[in-house]
Order: sequence, then C-alpha cells, then structure tokens
Amino acid sequence: MSAQNRKPVKVEDTGHEWDGIRELTNPPPRWWMITLHASWIWCVIYFLLYPSIPLLHSSNEGLLGWTQIKEFKEAVAENDAVKAPYMEKLKAMDASAIEADPELRNFAESAAKAVYGDNCAACHGTGGEGAQGLFPTLADDDWLYGGDLDTITESITEGRMGNMPAHIDAVDDATIQTLADFVLALPEGNATDAGWAAFNDVGCTGCHGDNAQGGALNGDNYAGSVNLTDRIWRFGGSRDDVLRTIRYGVNQEGVEQTRSAIMPVFGEKLSPEQIKILAIKIHAMGGGQ
Amino acid sequence: MGDIKTKASYDELYSDSQHYHVNTGAETIHAKRIPGFFRNIKWFTMSLWSLFFLSPYLQWNHHQAILFDIPARKFYLFGATIWPQDVWMLSLVLILLAMTLFGVTAVAGRVFCGYFCFQTVWTDVFTWIEDKVEGNAMQRRKLDRAAWSVEKLQKKVIKHSAWLLIAVLTGVTFTAYFTEASQLWYDVFHLSAPLIAWIVIGMFIAGTYVFAGFMREQVCFWLCPYARIQSVMIDKDTIIPTYDLERGEPRGKVSGASVNATTGDCIDCKMCVGVCPTGVDIREGLSEGCITCGMCIDACDSIMVKVNKPIGLIRYASQKQMEGIVLPPLWKRPRVLVYSLIFLLALSGIVYGLSHISPVELTVVHERQPLFTRMSDGSIQNKYTIKAVNKMEQDLPMTLRIVVDDPAKVMLVEHDGKVVLKAEKLVPFAVFLRGAHDGTRLENQPVTFVLEGLGEYEGLVIRYDSVFVSPK
Repeated sequence: MSAQNRKPVKVEDTGHEWDGIRELTNPPPRWWMITLHASWIWCVIYFLLYPSIPLLHSSNEGLLGWTQIKEFKEAVAENDAVKAPYMEKLKAMDASAIEADPELRNFAESAAKAVYGDNCAACHGTGGEGAQGLFPTLADDDWLYGGDLDTITESITEGRMGNMPAHIDAVDDATIQTLADFVLALPEGNATDAGWAAFNDVGCTGCHGDNAQGGALNGDNYAGSVNLTDRIWRFGGSRDDVLRTIRYGVNQEGVEQTRSAIMPVFGEKLSPEQIKILAIKIHAMGGGQ
Repeated sequence: MGDIKTKASYDELYSDSQHYHVNTGAETIHAKRIPGFFRNIKWFTMSLWSLFFLSPYLQWNHHQAILFDIPARKFYLFGATIWPQDVWMLSLVLILLAMTLFGVTAVAGRVFCGYFCFQTVWTDVFTWIEDKVEGNAMQRRKLDRAAWSVEKLQKKVIKHSAWLLIAVLTGVTFTAYFTEASQLWYDVFHLSAPLIAWIVIGMFIAGTYVFAGFMREQVCFWLCPYARIQSVMIDKDTIIPTYDLERGEPRGKVSGASVNATTGDCIDCKMCVGVCPTGVDIREGLSEGCITCGMCIDACDSIMVKVNKPIGLIRYASQKQMEGIVLPPLWKRPRVLVYSLIFLLALSGIVYGLSHISPVELTVVHERQPLFTRMSDGSIQNKYTIKAVNKMEQDLPMTLRIVVDDPAKVMLVEHDGKVVLKAEKLVPFAVFLRGAHDGTRLENQPVTFVLEGLGEYEGLVIRYDSVFVSPK
C-alpha cells in the first residue's frame, strides 16, 4: 500500500478552499471508524447493564442488578462459608480439646488475632508483652489468678480487680523500709529473719501466704496476690517502686498514689466463642499452665 | 549547488523502491503446495505438535502427568511437584529456551519459524484444509473472485467449520494443562465449565481462528519480534535458503528445447514465489518475511530437474559459502560456543533444581513482640513459630532439635521433639527456647533449628538458622 502512496492521487474535495488549500473528503481509516462505533455501542450496553442514572437516594439498578455492596456481601459470605466448618468445631468443642488439635488451634489463634488486637493489645501488647509496671505480661509464667485455660477464660469474662491495702498510715516508716528490703531480697534467696518477722507482724501473710508465694501457688484463698519470691515485678522492681506499692497499696479508693490494677469485664462485650479463642491464644503465648 | 534537478534525477531516487514490495495483507497469499524433501521434513516436525494434543491425557501416580494447578499453586511434571518456592527454575527454563532459539538461529537461521512455530504450523494445517476443500492455489483465487453461489457458500462453510473445529480443539487442549482434562471435556460438553475456562478457551479459539485463518504471514511480518531481530542473530556463516545469483542471472525464459546460452540457470518461472507461504521472492535476497521453510528449494529443484539442469539453484547455504568459502566447524564459531555454554549452565541449573527439590520447606519466625520474656525464675524465654511446609502427599514424622554453642545455657522447653508434618500442608506451631538462669548475663546467640526425618524418611535433614535474644 505504501508503495502506491508515493504518487499523488486525485481525491474529491468539499469545494472549500482557503489560500489554495483544499479541504479533502478523505474518510478516516476503516479501523478508526470501527473503533468509534464499537465504543458508542459499548457505552449503550454498559449504560443498560450497570447502575447509571443517579436518582434521589440511590441509582437505578441496571439490568444485571449488580452493585458494589452486593459483590462485597457475596465475597464476605464466601469467606464465611470457608470458615464455617472450623467455626462449628470451635463452638462445639471446649478450649482444651481445640488446643489438642494442631490445625484447629492454629485456626483459633489466627481467628483470635483481630479480637485480641481490638480488645487486649492496647494494654497487654500485641505479643502479650504487657507494659512494665502498668499492665501484666501475658507471655510469662507468672499468673496472679492461675494460668490454665479455665481461669484465663474466667479472668476475661468477669474481669479482675486487685486489692492491697495502703500501709503508709498503719505502719511506721522504718518497718516499711525493712519490708521493702525483705521483698527485694526474697528472689535472691537472702531474706533476713528480721524481714520475715516484719512480714508476719504487719500481716502480709494474710494474702501473700506464710511462704510469701502469693495466689498462684497457695490456692484460691490467696487468688490475686503476687508471688513475692519470683523475679517478676508487677509494679516495677526498683526499691522506690516497691516502697510505693507498700505505702499506697493497690486500687485503694481515695489514696492518691495507689497502684491501679483493673482488668475490665469482657463477658458482656465479647461472645463466649470469642473469649474461648482468646483464652487459647493467651494460653499459647509462652507461660500457659 | 548550481545543479538543476532534472526529472531523471528524481526518478533515480525512486528507482530502487520500485522493487520494494510491502506485504500488508491487502491480498491473501495463496501458496502452491508441492511435494519435496523439505516438505517431508516439515510434515515430520509438525507432527511433533501431536504431543501437545495428547499430553494432557497422560497419568502419573493418580494425577495428570503435566498439570499446572494454579488455584492450588502446584505444578505437576510427571514425578516432580513444583511449589511456588521452586519457581526460580522457571527463569532458567526461559533462558534455556532463549539460548536454544539463539543458537539454532546462529547455525541455521529461522528454522524454528519454518518448521516448528505454532503460527506457521497451524497456518500450514489451515491452508492444507483450504487446499483440500477449495482446490489448488489458482482455483482458490478464482473462487475468491467469483460471485456468491451455493457451491461457493458450501465450500466456505465446510472450510470455516473445519478451521473452527481445530480452533476449539486447540483451546480446550491448552486449557486442559491447567485443570483435570477429562473433567474439562465433560464440563465443556455439559456447558458447565467455570467462567475462567470459557474465557481461556474462547481466547484460544479466536486467536487460532483469526491468526491461522486470516492473519497468517501478517503475524510473522508485523507482530512477531523474532523476525525483526534475526539480523543481529545471524552472521555470514549462518545457512539460510539462498538464491545462487551468479548461476541464476541473468534470468531468461526457456523457449522450446533450446536453452539460451547467454542467460543464467534461472528460467524466471516464479515457482519459488508461488510456493512461498509468506509471499517472498527469495531471489531478492534475505527478507524479513522469509521463514526459511525451504519450500522454494523444493519448488526450484523440481523445475531444475525438468529443464535438465543441476539442482540447488536455491539451496541452504551461508553467505560465505556462496563466496566459495568452506563453512567452519561449529566449535570454531564463538557465537555458537557462547550460546551453548549459557545453554549448558541453565540446563545444569534446572537438573540441579529438579533433583534437589526439598520435600520440606522450613522457616522459623522469631517472635518480635516481645523479643524475649523474663520468666518467674528469672530465665529468659524466646518464642519461635515453626513454619514447615510438607510438599509430599504423605504425612511426615520428624524430630525437632536445636544446635547451640552451649546446650546447658539455651534449651528447648515443653516440647518432646516429635513433630508430624501434615501432607501437603503448612500448619505452623510455636516452640519456646529458654536460657538457663545462672546469674551470668546471656548474650544474643545463634541457634540452628534442625528437623530430621524418622522411619522411612531417615536421612532427610532440614536446617534453619535463627537467633536467641537476651536483654543486654
């Protein structure tokens, strides 16, 4: 074709002429016209098939009846259908049975990720690392109320509220200083007899037990009191931190410098299934019992 | 400067381009089909494509021998199962194919185009059908010009139906590499195949029908990049169909029995042009349209025999051979050597890859938040998530242990070291390492996780290096 284009060919003109330039009637190339027509035909088809006319509150439906939100809901339903058999099992089985099945436990832990992120991570951290002195670590093996699945479930469902009296008014400062030294020496195994005597006299044994090992190791009567012999410090392990805890206690109303230790109630906010998978996730963080 | 341009000097500008014919498909090329040596070779190489149509039905160990299961991200090649992790081999396969193409082009030009390319092979089958239904090249041209009649309609309908049948077969066969073949046929006949299957089949039907039926040599001319880069891949030692200019020119028609002594051997019968599937005149030299199929050689040889002249006026020969220089052996041609070397490197990479595909892919993810946890006895605990993919079709029992500098300082806790990896699954699980507390400060230290096969899988050892993190 290009071989012929060399020679000027006589072309019809429209009769318009400006300064010797004729307006020719060459039609556009065929492919161009086909594209043009195909384009507007496509426009009409698209207009009819899909929502295209804005009405007052929404738009018309279109012949296909397609909307974005419908497509979204279908996709969600599809996803739910994939999860359904696992969800059924989660509902029917108890937490320890789920934990025994590696595949199901894996599903439970993944499913718990979002719930944990929304409800727990703000205080306890994304990996259960807690916040030093403020919120307890979930990944360690120190449990104030017990680290088995049932107790964890109970803690989430009903919440927890620590309680330790303030001693600043009832006990003289020298004794408080002795107690602080005693508590710091306990984990190192070099507590003095004087320390033990002060511990007994002040009545710390009432909650922390005769052996100072607190709730987890001494049964339900002592639930919630910390084990003073281990190396985990609920409110910080410096001498000042310990002094403050003894002086002002925990959760004491009207005491300005008291420690705060409140775990909210989640039983009303979360479903039993959500709490079940949360318990499994927390139990698997590293210190579950 | 002062030259006055004459009309003659302008004509000179165009004299060369008079010969320059650009084929843009304005006219359908109806090539003559004649038997001959190269035609037989072409039939043979074309028949290799039957493997493409048959392979999807081969079975291997309860599954399709060749199956590219994209939804499950697994490629089955006979005994080997290739997971996405092993796809690096694909790049080597592509290098291998490219080098094969380059090497072959350096030695013998575009023989791939002439004998094996799906475009030319399918086109050849389509024109063969055309030849059978509508008659030879001359009859076909006549039929194209003729007004519509019942007979013409009949022939056209038969031809296009046959074309479409091949197109459908091609489309379904291609799709059958990606899904279970017999199920696909069942679904196609019951019109219940998945949408994506219909789309792929539809595209291949349209592609086959349009490219092989209508566009034909236009694809080679204007769509295929290979034709355009052939000039950098061939050299003066590459053998390509060449017209012996010295022997053939000047061309002259034979008259009666006497042969004019002043003319060359070419009798200007244009047979070589008539049989060319891309409409090239080989006598004008190497052309971008030449797919080196050798049909013109078959045609010219048959004529030379008829006029009692030696065959080979058109023959596979290199430029240097035409100048009387002997072709050097392959191992003395740097291009061929370099291509072969890269080819062998890629090939050995693929062989290594296929023979070393590990049945287990192990990743150990160290928990980042927290990096470590202090336990009640003061020891430091690290959490690791073990992600071990078992690519095999059976459950795999293994033992897990760790290798550390000082086993007394860092140890595995609450784990009996027994692991069963579920078949074709990845079920992550957590393990904990604890640094013994003996009053000394622990430094971060390297840890290697080792999975070892049990029972019949003894000898299978997978390692992963990680680190144990302690507070500074």
